[in-house]
Amino acid sequence: MLSIRGLAKSYAGPRSRTVLSGIDLELAPGEYVAVMGESGIGKSTLLNLVAGLDRPDAGSVALDGTELTTLNDDALTRVRRTRMGFVFQAFHVLPYLTVAQNVALPLLLVGAAAPAADARVTAMLAAVGLADRAASRPRELSGGELQRVAIARALVHAPRLVLADEPTGNLDPDSATQVLELLRREVKRGDAAGILVTHSHAAARTTDRVLVLTASGLRPA
Amino acid sequence: MTRTALALALFAGPLWQSKGRFVLSLAAIALGVALGFAVQLVNQSAINEFTQAVQTLSGSADLQIVGPRAGFDEREYARIARLPEVAVASPVVEVDARVIGRRESLRVLGLDVFRAGLVQPDLVATDAADSLDTLRPDTIFLSPAAAEWLGVATGDRLRLQVALGETTFRVAGIVRGGQGRVAFADIAGVQAAFDRLGRLSRIDLRVRPGVDVGALRSRLAAELPAGVQVERPEANVERGASISRSYRVNLNVLALVALFTGGLLVFSTQALAIVRRRAQLALLRTLGVTRRALVATLLGEGLLVGAIGAALGLAAGYALAQAIVHVTGLDLGAGHFRGVEPSLVLDPAAAGLFFVLGVAVALVGSFFPALDAARAAPAAALKSGDEQRAFERLTPVWPGLAVFVAGAIGTALPPVAGLPLFGYVSIALLLIGAIMLMPRAAVVFFGLLRMPRAAGLRLAVAQLRGAPGQSMLSLATIVAAVSLLVSMAIMVASFRASLGTWLDHVLPADVYLRTTGAGDSGFLTPEDQANIARVPGVRRADFVRAQNVLLAGDRPPAALLARSVDPSDPGRLLPLVGASIVPGPGAPPPVWVTEAMADVYGFTLGRVVEIPIGGRLERFTVAGVWRDYVRSQGAVLMERDRYIALTGDRNANDAALWLAPGVDAGAVKDALRDAVPGGENLDVADPGEIRSRSLQAFDRTFAVTYALELVALVIGLTGLSSSFGALVLARRREFGMLRHVGMTRGQIGTMLAAEGMLVSALGLLVGLALGFLISLILIHVVNRQSFHWTMDLAVPWMPLVIFSAAMLAAASLTALFSARQAMTDDAARAVKDDW
Repeated sequence: MLSIRGLAKSYAGPRSRTVLSGIDLELAPGEYVAVMGESGIGKSTLLNLVAGLDRPDAGSVALDGTELTTLNDDALTRVRRTRMGFVFQAFHVLPYLTVAQNVALPLLLVGAAAPAADARVTAMLAAVGLADRAASRPRELSGGELQRVAIARALVHAPRLVLADEPTGNLDPDSATQVLELLRREVKRGDAAGILVTHSHAAARTTDRVLVLTASGLRPA
Repeated sequence: MTRTALALALFAGPLWQSKGRFVLSLAAIALGVALGFAVQLVNQSAINEFTQAVQTLSGSADLQIVGPRAGFDEREYARIARLPEVAVASPVVEVDARVIGRRESLRVLGLDVFRAGLVQPDLVATDAADSLDTLRPDTIFLSPAAAEWLGVATGDRLRLQVALGETTFRVAGIVRGGQGRVAFADIAGVQAAFDRLGRLSRIDLRVRPGVDVGALRSRLAAELPAGVQVERPEANVERGASISRSYRVNLNVLALVALFTGGLLVFSTQALAIVRRRAQLALLRTLGVTRRALVATLLGEGLLVGAIGAALGLAAGYALAQAIVHVTGLDLGAGHFRGVEPSLVLDPAAAGLFFVLGVAVALVGSFFPALDAARAAPAAALKSGDEQRAFERLTPVWPGLAVFVAGAIGTALPPVAGLPLFGYVSIALLLIGAIMLMPRAAVVFFGLLRMPRAAGLRLAVAQLRGAPGQSMLSLATIVAAVSLLVSMAIMVASFRASLGTWLDHVLPADVYLRTTGAGDSGFLTPEDQANIARVPGVRRADFVRAQNVLLAGDRPPAALLARSVDPSDPGRLLPLVGASIVPGPGAPPPVWVTEAMADVYGFTLGRVVEIPIGGRLERFTVAGVWRDYVRSQGAVLMERDRYIALTGDRNANDAALWLAPGVDAGAVKDALRDAVPGGENLDVADPGEIRSRSLQAFDRTFAVTYALELVALVIGLTGLSSSFGALVLARRREFGMLRHVGMTRGQIGTMLAAEGMLVSALGLLVGLALGFLISLILIHVVNRQSFHWTMDLAVPWMPLVIFSAAMLAAASLTALFSARQAMTDDAARAVKDDW
């Protein structure tokens, strides 16, 4: 479903450096992998390249046969809108929307009809255990709850690929465990593929496969 | 939850979160629109009133034959009235007569009631009890506005000045159709009363059906005496309006300065809001919002600010216009529309224009921040602390330089329809270019500072060095406001100083007298002149005759002054600009013209020109160009003896008296009033009094401009406050961290105060420098092209120093006050917060 071949990225400047080189990865539908590595090795860069938020210097990224590296910004945006979901370390929940409105955001962007969207949002909130918090504002929620909102938002539109960048980095151990279990369950339920970037071995163990990103590429742990 | 509700929440949520800044942007646009609309309404109402008054006086005339102030031979009427193309010819004598006991004049029209009834029927429809009153030589009819202004009713007496004497009319009725402050009387009576026997001011013609008006006009133009023009009645409106056009346009532009500054405030507010929302906007991009959709959303915010602000501004502007008219009249105190009754008319077109302008300014202010937000890389923007990176980025220097250079080039371009439009555009471009270059200026300025030892100050300098973009956003409004205020201050100071020097030059005598401070009905007969010259203590009396000449049908008349001049040394009398020449033998005799004559009519030094005098075109040599701050339509000065020889007119209007040594000027002034019959109607003053009155009038004229500039300054300070507050909010996590590592609130306060003072100092320096440059444009381009006069640069150093100190203090305090919020937040929470 996701095919990465020979991906490379360097950053120019006074101290130019090669962040990624010769990255290959094949991801099947429903497959959930963890990418680990030391700080600054390029894990987040890899996610950004897959998401189309950054352009590689070389290589290809294909999602369901669509080559992403040749698409323009608008086309990449539409791919993200319809086929990807994101979970961030910093949650990034919009403070001026309710919990339900935050979760519904991707459905608004894809133009889903209101009744179907409402039903989907209700279902997702129930799945992440926040059914009774639909009308709450983000400032009323704890970190763990905010991350669950983010997970619901990432999956509400049934994406093909879920990208999670250190989703438990800001959480206490109990909340982190709950969030990781939830993330795995919902990724699998939607038959999406998922990439989890993490420092935590415990977090990595919740995935199907653990890969380590090094200076020489991506290899199994 | 509907899609619309969510979309609305997505749009309105950020606005509600920053409602203070939203309201501030609204207020800035509203204030700018209110000022611009108010000035436009007042100007437009004045022109409309003036136009209606002129049109009423013109009635159904197809053509008008117009002469100079001295009029033209009434035998022209008999000839023209008999032309087969002419259906009706209505002769008019027009006198601007000073009202005894007042300083103002009343426009008196002498009409042939039978002819006028066919061309201007509104002017002869009266409520006169005795219809023969329209033919009596001592009766007068007033417009409703004139009657109210004079406080007279039917049956009362009205005394008007003639020469140094007076003539009395009985008010016989009110002319309901009369517009403005105007009076009507029998033409023969007016001619007799005001010494205009045998002279006419105007003939209004109605042509027969089927006659080619253009062809008749061309034929008449070729046949009329020199100095008498034939034109459509609309030309009269255009000519009258053009007298004040430059003043009105300059006022409009000044009023728009507030709107321009408001637009900059919207720009900086939007830009800072977008920096704060950087991560939110990046999230939307990540989730699938295209760049175009993001720009549209952000522009939508600008549109909302513009629409609401403009609507509020229109309402406020109408109220402000009402207040202005009530206080200063329709001419805003400048005296261009004396006799025009003040009544405000709401113009939907002007309202529409200013609504669109308000919206456009808000949209333009939002456009570049929106574009910047759309271009930002979402991946980087999602990272915490990326706000700082937004300020670190240094944009290329060439766009700002290009705009700046374009502004400089614009100063060399000529006027458009007599207006310095390119001058105004140049000023705007210089401002915008300077603001675009502010980050570079910040890099240089803060780079020059030595790094202080104290922690708070050290961090302040480091922050400003590392975030040049912050300066542009903080200072956009303050640089604009300061530079415009400084430029106006320099221009006004230069103008005032030049006016003072000019007055010193043109007032060398000990006593001055004029026959009337208003109107043209007063004059000195040869006998009056002799009596004046014989007053004990008067060593020398120099008399001046002031008339006017029509040189072009589409331009107001130029003044014609006749007085004694030494052709070999005219600079003793006249403030010449440049050299003077003495015409050689056989060359036409000399005249000395003002700068306006040189600019508008091409009357340059050495040129031989033709001027209509006494009904003939006479040739003269331009022997010198002099500076004149009184007659912006231009003036020609000629030797009085030559004038008398050409016209036979020995009357005078003004006199300059030199006294014998040791003679008391006060005693001579008293003696003048006693020794000269009608001396009580003389306006006698010494040079000091005239100088004082002139400068007071000058200060009054510029009071409105000062008020408009102060509004812009308030917007600028408000912009600085808002920007600084927003910047501090964006750096809350930084302050939280500093509190964690042990910086006290006081130290953070010092840091912020230092940042505020340094940023304000930069803004002040740039504002002062830019203000100086803009003042040069105002002096050498805008003033020259608008009013055709030059002035010498005079920088008011001490007021600028005091202003700079006050501005620095105000701006620093504003910045510190706005930053107080950072010192009250819970530090731990600030570090933890996502947003």
